[in-house]
Amino acid sequence: MANTPKKGKSQVVSYNKWGYIFLIPFIVVYLVFQMIPLITTIYNSLFENYLSGIKQIGPNFIGFHNYKEIIANGDLITYAKNTLIMWVLGFVPQIFFSLLLGAWFADSRLRIRCAAFFKTVIYLPNLIMAAAFAMLFFTLFAETGPVNAILMNMGAISEPYSFLSHAAGSRGLVAFMNFLMWFGNTTILLMAGMMGIDGSLFEAAQVDGATSTQVFFRITLPLLRPILLYVMITSLIGGLQMFDVPQVLTNGEGTPMRQSMTLIMYLNKHLYSKNYGMAGALSVFLFIITGILSFIVYKFSVEDNVDEVKRRDRNKK
Amino acid sequence: MRQDKEYDVEGGLGLTVRRIIAYVVLILLTFLCLFWFYILFVNSSRTHSQLSSGFTMIPGTALVKNFTAVMNGTQPIARGMLNSFIIAACASVLSVYFSTMTAYAIHVYDFKFKTAIFTFILAVMMIPTQVTALGFIKLVQGIKLEDSFIPLIIPAIAAPATFYYMKQYMESALPHAIVEAARIDGANEVRTFNTISLPMMKPAIAVQMIFTFVFNWNNYFTPALILHDEKKKTLPILIAQLRSADFLKFDMGQVYVTIAFSIFPVIIVYLCLSRFIVGGVALGSVKG
Repeated sequence: MANTPKKGKSQVVSYNKWGYIFLIPFIVVYLVFQMIPLITTIYNSLFENYLSGIKQIGPNFIGFHNYKEIIANGDLITYAKNTLIMWVLGFVPQIFFSLLLGAWFADSRLRIRCAAFFKTVIYLPNLIMAAAFAMLFFTLFAETGPVNAILMNMGAISEPYSFLSHAAGSRGLVAFMNFLMWFGNTTILLMAGMMGIDGSLFEAAQVDGATSTQVFFRITLPLLRPILLYVMITSLIGGLQMFDVPQVLTNGEGTPMRQSMTLIMYLNKHLYSKNYGMAGALSVFLFIITGILSFIVYKFSVEDNVDEVKRRDRNKK
Repeated sequence: MRQDKEYDVEGGLGLTVRRIIAYVVLILLTFLCLFWFYILFVNSSRTHSQLSSGFTMIPGTALVKNFTAVMNGTQPIARGMLNSFIIAACASVLSVYFSTMTAYAIHVYDFKFKTAIFTFILAVMMIPTQVTALGFIKLVQGIKLEDSFIPLIIPAIAAPATFYYMKQYMESALPHAIVEAARIDGANEVRTFNTISLPMMKPAIAVQMIFTFVFNWNNYFTPALILHDEKKKTLPILIAQLRSADFLKFDMGQVYVTIAFSIFPVIIVYLCLSRFIVGGVALGSVKG
């Protein structure tokens, strides 16, 4: 080696400078397109700023009045309730089938044939354009559409059922579509978790004479808790963002009587009507809720990763 | 790997019975996933009058006719597809390239605020873009970029989820020794990243390219707030317009073809690459 130790040291420093340089694009774009918008959103939430007819009201500083108003007029609670109901309706069958399928795919004694085919098929709806999928369901479940025709031919109903004029119908459709779009994804995540469980545990249970049901409830499920929590919280965060499906299905109306109107649809309505004050207050509420949920995910699953990096750095020093 | 020994278990359901139940459920779910797309295919191949006379499971012959009618129709569907493609392609290339670069910075180098930056990116990973939409619109209006693709493409550079996936992948696939070796051979840092490290990340890059492309192809919320000019609109916006227009005026065959054209390209690409995708889903999500 021709390098003197002193020169070698200065080279290490000049290498590490590249760490900052490589970070520049990401950080700059993040600051400009995420951080500044977040700050302007919070700033705007403190102003009265909307169109009354063609007359522009504000912007006038009104402090937290928008926040009080959005709670007082019941909108926030109503739409949060709608969003949660549709999320739960979709999530319960989703987690049920995902656990079932995950356990079957991961069970080496069951040896499911064509597992790759089934996995491919159940994941497929996840990649479909939600807007187009909702439009498709709107035409298929219309009063004159094929589904009503099939149900009538089968004699299940005597006259067409108008899905979108019943709360149960439109909420059910949204939940059903969310279920279809997400259960494949959840299955794959849970299956990966189940594959990670130490196989000797299952063998020991089998030797002790445990049935597959017992194995599932006494071994698989408890060991899967961290991943289940992760799946549930990320799904809840996704659920709070529910927009494309109900928006296109109900044409942004949340029919019937706004009973399938979600929080983001409501935000979208304010953004279109340029009611920036209320849109801001709503955004801040959503930011806080998703922030708390994100923190839980971070605590339970991602933090290990940061610790890993920290530990490695310490070891190097 | 678990072993295939079968122990006789009393009291539980027999293996054959469980297997039959599993297949029945799987086949029912497969039907539930594919049925809608089959009807979509059937209906887009039938004429308006056939469609209004009732439903059958047998495809018609009017697919090409419906397609040409849509292409020559008033809705700029072909233009919308092109717009969607441009945005999705540019966004996915930029997003994957720069997010990988960011992951590389954290993975390879040591610097003062490394853990702080890493923690920050992971902490904001889950925060949805919708909550900053108001500020985003204000910003786009402020820099006069409404009706431009730029605000839909450039922000993709900062993609925390892609970053996290790449970081996870680097842990297992990019040893520091490789980077050291490239340095000894005299490659500079940019070159090492572009010609040595990037090619080693190919599988992860492919998976993330596909996901980012599909996400942007399907994205409706943000483009609908930014793009107002008919010529600039993307497919999801046009689909939503179809929904809000007076339905009875439309030729239903054409409506179905339009939906088919936003769904089937993704399905075809997915079926070609499904091995990649299904295998890649679990990788970046959580430590298993």
